[in-house]
Amino acid sequence: MTRFRKRRKTVVVSFAEHEADILANLLRNLVELLYDGLPPRSAESSDPLAALLESDGPTSPPEDVVLQRLLPDAYKTDDMASSEFRRFTERGLREGKVTDAKRVLSALEESGADEIALEPDEQLSWLRALNDLRLAIGTRLDIKDEDDYTTWEKLPDEDPRRLTYDLYDWLGYLQSALLHNMR
Amino acid sequence: MSTAPSELDSPEVTEAIQLSPPWMTIVWNDPVNLMDYVTFVFQTYFGYSKQKAEKLMLQVHQEGKSAVSNGNREAMERDVEAMHSYGLWATCEKS
Repeated sequence: MTRFRKRRKTVVVSFAEHEADILANLLRNLVELLYDGLPPRSAESSDPLAALLESDGPTSPPEDVVLQRLLPDAYKTDDMASSEFRRFTERGLREGKVTDAKRVLSALEESGADEIALEPDEQLSWLRALNDLRLAIGTRLDIKDEDDYTTWEKLPDEDPRRLTYDLYDWLGYLQSALLHNMR
Repeated sequence: MSTAPSELDSPEVTEAIQLSPPWMTIVWNDPVNLMDYVTFVFQTYFGYSKQKAEKLMLQVHQEGKSAVSNGNREAMERDVEAMHSYGLWATCEKS
């Protein structure tokens, strides 16, 4: 059972071992996905100026639907502007998301069964990483805005989506509880 | 994004001097993000009061979208990038 409590500005969280394992596995998958398809920085090849200006990112949306949700177009109707935006920002956004996920991962790996004390800046990384996981799972499950909440809640046990939905639900609980304890 | 000299040629700049800022950051409703989290992001990133952040969040939730900031194009792209870093679905739009 996951528990949160507040100690001044610090939020202390403790996980059961199997919960920490599950969360760590989800985060490893997320990190892998975010690295996927990202070309190496041009500094490593031939164009140090482009790397300096951080203008060496991808120019078209990722193929994976989860990545499309995590890295959406910045313009609804202007593909050229979206593409330019991507070129300048996508690499940094991916790296930021990886940094957040890895921060949570290393805290989980270091703590073992112990409590994890989260300082304010770590709390922010946790919130964002938990949110990215929820977006990833919600997209894979194809949760829609018009869906009735209860249809997901009432999925029968034998439905292959049941376990995934339970994870999604649990991540939502973690994110809410963390937020609640930060206030 | 464009460099400063080429922006001098664009008509938006002249408009910006005379009228309100011509670009805005739109946050769109999505079925995943928690209402409390969206409010938190508006408070944390934009420094909005809890009341203003909640009002904007409810507008996103009920009307499907909300203009959460406005200014010049470069500033709006920075805001959109920040929203994406928090996992919110945001776009840049001309006012």
